[in-house]
Amino acid sequence: MMAAFILICSVYLLLTFFVSYCRSLLAASVKHALSAEVQDVAGIKNSASGEDFARVVQLLQLCPDRPEDRSGIQAIGAYFNLLGFVRSTIARVIPTLRTWTERERGQCTYFAAVTLERRIAFSRDMFAQQLES
Amino acid sequence: MVVCALKKRAFRRYLLLNLYMATAVVSELGRFKILAEYGFSSRQYQYFYYYSDAILTIFLYFALSTLYAHVFSEMNAERYVKMGTLLLLAGTALFTYAVVEQSTAKLVTHFVVELSQNLYFVGLVLTYVLWAAILKLRETRTRLIQLVLSLGVYFSLFAANYAIRNLYPPLSSVFVPLVQVFGLFLPLAWAYAFWRLPEDARLVPARLAVIPR
Repeated sequence: MMAAFILICSVYLLLTFFVSYCRSLLAASVKHALSAEVQDVAGIKNSASGEDFARVVQLLQLCPDRPEDRSGIQAIGAYFNLLGFVRSTIARVIPTLRTWTERERGQCTYFAAVTLERRIAFSRDMFAQQLES
Repeated sequence: MVVCALKKRAFRRYLLLNLYMATAVVSELGRFKILAEYGFSSRQYQYFYYYSDAILTIFLYFALSTLYAHVFSEMNAERYVKMGTLLLLAGTALFTYAVVEQSTAKLVTHFVVELSQNLYFVGLVLTYVLWAAILKLRETRTRLIQLVLSLGVYFSLFAANYAIRNLYPPLSSVFVPLVQVFGLFLPLAWAYAFWRLPEDARLVPARLAVIPR
């Protein structure tokens, strides 16, 4: 009985903290302006769409990995999947929830594009250092 | 995470968090040494694992109290936070003792394992209260908010894991190895917070709440 109570509370609080944590990651990335070059590469013209997320993540995987970005992109990937689940289930009957999930999925794509820009800059720095040495 | 905090000159500001991580590294090294010497199913490894886990959980519990002190710093409530932390820890220990008292065999070991599990849940509830206080007080420090939220995710993962193992013991073979995966989350999330976010970064916490305020 006690274990069941703890389980229910833990799962509820896990979702609360996880969603808020991911939104704090997204909020921090929104302030970063994407360069025109990365906008072109990622295919983000006016606003980021959830449909582009998988493609931007594929591009991310082509760049050298940076350990400090790993937890962020993995958490956002899990959040994106959670949003996809909500979108294909509960959001079908609640239109406002559908709009909200679309907006959040777009922000996930923007976060991935910001990470892509950082990785490209990191790769360029490494390349420049190699040329110098 | 400690290296990130040192590089970003945040080591002393979040001293207990960094000391917890350093202790966790030492504990992991000790576990690995004992695992290599005695094996996974040995009594030595199990004792070391559960006792070190209890010490680390108590350490993390005190680290959480320093996050409280950061949030309530302007209210000069540090003394009350310290007192509350100690009282709650004593209360949890007494409750745990009352629960395990019936089992006469290996009382101390049983107590240590139970205390660790209970502290994960108490830590989770306290983190939720702290998150509610952050929303209420409109705390805007992005790094502090991310440290609290990632700690909440970590505590809830462990509390849920222990609860499932108590409810369905046959599933332990699946959920015990998951502890190692969950354990990676906190150092990575804290390293990200120290490395990526400057101390003066700000955000509106009400925008992060699941239920808009």
